[in-house]
Amino acid sequence: MTTPRTDRSDRSPWNWLLLLPIAIPLLTPLYNADEPRLFGIPLFYWLQLAFIILGVATTTLVYRLTRRAR
Amino acid sequence: MTTEIVIFAVLFLLVSGLGFVAARWRRPGDLASLHEWGLGGRSFGSWVTWFLIGGDLYTAYTFVAVPALVFGAGATGFFAVPYTVIVYPMVMLVLIRLWSVSHVHGLVTPADFVRARFGSSTLALLVAITGIVATMPYIALQLVGIEAVLKTMGVTGDLPLIIAFAILAAYTYQSGLRAPALIAFVKDSLIYLVILVAIIYIPVKLGGWGSVFDAAKAKFDATPAPGDGILLNSSNQLQYVTLALGSALALFLYPHSVTGVLASRDRNVIKRNMSALPAYSLLLGLIALLGYMAIAAGITPIGKDTNTLIPKLFDAVFPDWFTGVAFAAIGIGALVPAAIMSIAAANLFTRNIYREYFKRDATDAQEARVSKIASLVVKVGAVLFILLIDPQFSIDLQLIGGVIILQTLPSVGLGLFTRWFHRAGLIAGWIAGMGTGLVLLYNIANPANNHAHFGSSAFPLKQLGLDTKITIYAGFLALIVNLVVAVLATLVARAMKAADGPDATQPDDYHADQGDPRVHDLEVASST
Repeated sequence: MTTPRTDRSDRSPWNWLLLLPIAIPLLTPLYNADEPRLFGIPLFYWLQLAFIILGVATTTLVYRLTRRAR
Repeated sequence: MTTEIVIFAVLFLLVSGLGFVAARWRRPGDLASLHEWGLGGRSFGSWVTWFLIGGDLYTAYTFVAVPALVFGAGATGFFAVPYTVIVYPMVMLVLIRLWSVSHVHGLVTPADFVRARFGSSTLALLVAITGIVATMPYIALQLVGIEAVLKTMGVTGDLPLIIAFAILAAYTYQSGLRAPALIAFVKDSLIYLVILVAIIYIPVKLGGWGSVFDAAKAKFDATPAPGDGILLNSSNQLQYVTLALGSALALFLYPHSVTGVLASRDRNVIKRNMSALPAYSLLLGLIALLGYMAIAAGITPIGKDTNTLIPKLFDAVFPDWFTGVAFAAIGIGALVPAAIMSIAAANLFTRNIYREYFKRDATDAQEARVSKIASLVVKVGAVLFILLIDPQFSIDLQLIGGVIILQTLPSVGLGLFTRWFHRAGLIAGWIAGMGTGLVLLYNIANPANNHAHFGSSAFPLKQLGLDTKITIYAGFLALIVNLVVAVLATLVARAMKAADGPDATQPDDYHADQGDPRVHDLEVASST
């Protein structure tokens, strides 16, 4: 990407963290199983719902770490 | 039944009243500009934006169709969850750039941005038409949501549907984006309430989550279809992943999503919402599981219309008055996205067709007037669509819509980060991607619903001569073709020294925030 030097204000190494909640929910071998169940819910469903927490935690963290001083 | 209808009608009318009052909410000096009518004054804070975008993306149709899909096919229908998890981290850094550049240059639509960035009115027109074509069937499908509820209550005939949409059209005309923003509060509060009650109350009635899933497993094991089951199998995993990824890439290319984003007050509102919007994804995941509860409860849809499944489940398990509340939640849930989508489509027409090709010196007031009328036309079109043509056609079109809107990714999404592409390259890529997408979809048959063409979005790789049962999301393949052609055509155009359009944006424009002297959001967009 050809970004000139002025194009710096959104850049932060912390942004790379955002790749985690993008990549992990797409790895089907991680969760494509019935056992272990949680409250009777198969792994496939409860783990994918749990990824929502991963997503929220990551975006919140990146937002806080990269907030601009006003 | 009567209790249900009365509660449904009362809540529906109450919300309609809100829609008309909305014009006075946050008292704009003058509604006669697209920034006010079409973007709510570009002033929405975190809460309003959360309700607005949430109500906009997670539509009534989603709430009836996703559990219907899970009911019919099982695990593959659950793609909606990874899709709506990955989308927010994916677009966070993209949307803030779009917000900034749009505010500096007074842009209203994604096509406006393409016009400014690549200096090509042809490319902007293609993006605008793609947006309108992808949005129209989506609006029509919201009617399918209302229709499913009405059908379950035993209300037949077209008149109630026409009345519902006429009310919607009237208050959108009057209040613009403020109407759905205000109504979204009521809609989502109702939906959250209904779903929380449903996921606690229904499994208890059915003997716990374990027996719900076991019933679903038993049903899928008994069917001869190879693709269903409560887990994925070796042939549909790639489809699951590419559909989730492709849908996530497409979501914020839809004009109505962009409308919600641009209406927010500053960049932090958008960033904070990337953490808050997944609450709706949780809701959607739980709603998807209602499909299994319907299996366990032995619910069958009315006729072959699987969209009536969830309304019928509610009808069977809830007391009458609460069923009325649940139905109202779905009915009102259709109004919010339908209003925002029609506003977004109308803005595209006004800014990128009317202003570009018919009246270059259109004033703010003229733009707002054209948009208001266009929003009416769009809604009348949607009603006619549903009444005159088989609703299945809308569902097919919406499937196509997701594939074609994805073809604007190189111009809009990548365009926000790089000006490397040549405008001719992007146009060539768009043509190639659209062509590929339509050909692929045309060749997907679905024996389950007797469709020889446009059966689903899962393209069997076997048709490309590969010896495999694996399927892949058609939109994803089309996007790859689009990108490859865009890159090659850009290289050719550069080699031939073909004239490229001027870039009206500066690198700094992509970082501007509220309070920046360049952000004068109510200025007339003279730079485009």
